[in-house]
Amino acid sequence: MAGALSFKNVGMTFPDGTRALGGATFDVNPGEFVTVVGPSGCGKSTLLRIASNLETATDGVCDVDRDSIGYVFQDATLLPWRTVAKNIELLAELHGVDKAEREGRVHSVIDLVGLVGFEDKYPKQLSGGMKMRASLARSLVMKPRVFLFDEPFGALDEITRERLNDELLRLFRLEGFAGLFITHSISEAVYLSTRVLVMSSRPGRIVDSFDVPFEYPRAHSLRYEPEFAELCGEVSTALRGALV
Amino acid sequence: MTDIKSELAVMPPSTHGPDDAPVETTNRVRASDIIGPTVVFVLFIGFWYALSTTILPEQKRFLLPTPHKVLKEGFFTWQVGEQRGLFPILRSMWSSIQVALIGLVITIVIGTMLATAMATRRWVERATWPYLVALQSAPILAMTPLIRALIDGVQTQRVLVVVLIAFFPIVNNTLFGLLSVEKSQHELFTLHGAGKWTRLMKLQFPAAMPNIFVGLRISAGLSVIGAVVGDFYFRQGGVVGIGAQIDIYRGRLWGSELVAAILLASVFGLVVFIAFGFLSKVAIGKWHTTTRGQ
Repeated sequence: MAGALSFKNVGMTFPDGTRALGGATFDVNPGEFVTVVGPSGCGKSTLLRIASNLETATDGVCDVDRDSIGYVFQDATLLPWRTVAKNIELLAELHGVDKAEREGRVHSVIDLVGLVGFEDKYPKQLSGGMKMRASLARSLVMKPRVFLFDEPFGALDEITRERLNDELLRLFRLEGFAGLFITHSISEAVYLSTRVLVMSSRPGRIVDSFDVPFEYPRAHSLRYEPEFAELCGEVSTALRGALV
Repeated sequence: MTDIKSELAVMPPSTHGPDDAPVETTNRVRASDIIGPTVVFVLFIGFWYALSTTILPEQKRFLLPTPHKVLKEGFFTWQVGEQRGLFPILRSMWSSIQVALIGLVITIVIGTMLATAMATRRWVERATWPYLVALQSAPILAMTPLIRALIDGVQTQRVLVVVLIAFFPIVNNTLFGLLSVEKSQHELFTLHGAGKWTRLMKLQFPAAMPNIFVGLRISAGLSVIGAVVGDFYFRQGGVVGIGAQIDIYRGRLWGSELVAAILLASVFGLVVFIAFGFLSKVAIGKWHTTTRGQ
């Protein structure tokens, strides 16, 4: 197996005959952060759903160690009746990790995502950004080697979103997982990734790939560098081409 | 009706802007909270006086004694003979309370179990749902001869009436709650290999709690109605339920006791309603935004 996650001609046809995904081939290697951008409804999310086994591809092969996947949904999907700490503990609980070990892990990830002091709050008391931090922390507890992100910051305001981009990059560097990230935002894609893939409209296929040359750690000011803007422009052009 | 308002209360709270401070709800008591009910109370008493002193024809005024006469004869007279006064009313009230509570506990246990079976096995839902809906609209009281023929013991018969009347809302609301869990939350559990039982205990039941409490509150109210109405039809000599007691007063034209008994039965319903509202607030108020129907 080549990467931490590898797609070979993965396609998806829904039972009603709709071709959602037209055959995608790419790898995500350990230490890589790959972002997929594409028009709405092109099957980007389907890629993640196939990788995590929530759906089964109708053709092609998706190779990944399914026991070490972290999945961050579009909304935070916190359980409203659990406190922040209890929410973060959930997955370890489902996997039968024993209590002492669980509490230790929860404590350290709360520290990691900057939620110290919010352990006993309920989700309704949190802002959107803090909910997303809790959601990230919940997955981090299981120390996933592959992290799937389904437009996690799409509903956040720009300032919160940029701050969470930086947090995410810090975690990526620290934990060394392989990341596959879905987004609508070109600048978010370029800022985060080692590689940006462009998908065509339905049935989605990977039509272009851009290596992002910027070194980590990346600073906020990178967004205003001419090279950054230039690369965003290229991705944007490819995306426009993919729409026709 | 409270049902509709409580249904609204279970809808998800509106989300506020991403990074603004979460809204804290205040529990300030406003002047209108006290003035409103007081005004209605004064109007009610005023109307009552008007009815029993002027509006009703003179020869029919014995049907509705004035409030002070009800207070004097129904509440401040302990016991006259076997049936009159506050003590006989309270005695029959207690009998009905027991029936209502036993019936309610049975309803909750069976209702929750049935709803769980319906939520986890589709065929159970398919097989029972039409009959539950039919049960809800069936005239239970028309079946009293059948109940009397099938079941021995007045107490058991009264409890059965309570269960039949209170059953539907608890099943309906619990089932609705168990099945309304967000898809993404289900997927989270699927991703991490959760089985049916884990899913039920850690996801579906907690998520259904607001609905379950709505059902509980409606069923509790119905159990009071069921007990009072059941009393009318199932009674023996000796201590009777409040419904039968009301019937006795009606038959003997003892207006003050009749009104006092009706008022106490209503107060019982009110207490049950408030108690379950309070219980729901204690149980889920911390995480659920509105637990009161307002």
